[in-house]
Amino acid sequence: MVNKVVVGAHYGIGSWLGQRVTAAAMVVYSILFAAALIAAHPQGYAEWRAVFAPGWMKFATFIFLLCLYYHAWVGMRDIFMDYVKPVGVRLACHAVVALLLVGYAGWALRILWSV
Amino acid sequence: MAESASRPRRYPPWYNLSLGALPLPGLVSIFHRLSGAVLFAMLWFLLWLLDTSLAGEQGFGRVREIGSFFLVKLVLLGLLWCYMHHFCAGIRYLFMDLHKAIDLPGARRTSVAVLVVSIALTIVLGATLIW
Repeated sequence: MVNKVVVGAHYGIGSWLGQRVTAAAMVVYSILFAAALIAAHPQGYAEWRAVFAPGWMKFATFIFLLCLYYHAWVGMRDIFMDYVKPVGVRLACHAVVALLLVGYAGWALRILWSV
Repeated sequence: MAESASRPRRYPPWYNLSLGALPLPGLVSIFHRLSGAVLFAMLWFLLWLLDTSLAGEQGFGRVREIGSFFLVKLVLLGLLWCYMHHFCAGIRYLFMDLHKAIDLPGARRTSVAVLVVSIALTIVLGATLIW
């Protein structure tokens, strides 16, 4: 059934759940990253680079950043919905954040896979 | 209408919403929002730091040099607190979603824990990573 509700109080459940799922994933990555840092204890460039060298670390970091971007999108949208009342300005704010985050996703990809 | 008018008033007619007057769970809540907004606003800087530090020996040295300025250290320490507070408060909200510690004494206790633990983590990690 395709029944997209764009107004009212029912369309936010997906965002709400997404924000929590991404939060839980970021908690797991944060602990993993802290453990990797403690294990490697990087003092210089070579060791710092080595932290991100394994494929699974690139993968995990990329997933973390995608989670962060989606999480930030829901959070920033909530903030704009609460404080920015004129519809045009709010739409512009949403657009800027969304486009910025898409760009950040590309940036993250380049950073990680050029290591 | 008549029914609601005759009901005794259970809530104060107005709220003092200034930061100093907020109960601790309210403080945790507004800090959660503030820290999230600041982290988003500074995301470009954090990505730039990651990018530059991984780009080569020269870039790594540049990040280390920039990180040695007092003002930059202060900014990084602030961002670290934002992450730690957002992290701890977020875990608190996840547990509250599961209906843990949602009574008033429980909520007060966990809000104090969030404030204390996030500051402690900021000090410990800031001392080892930034300062």
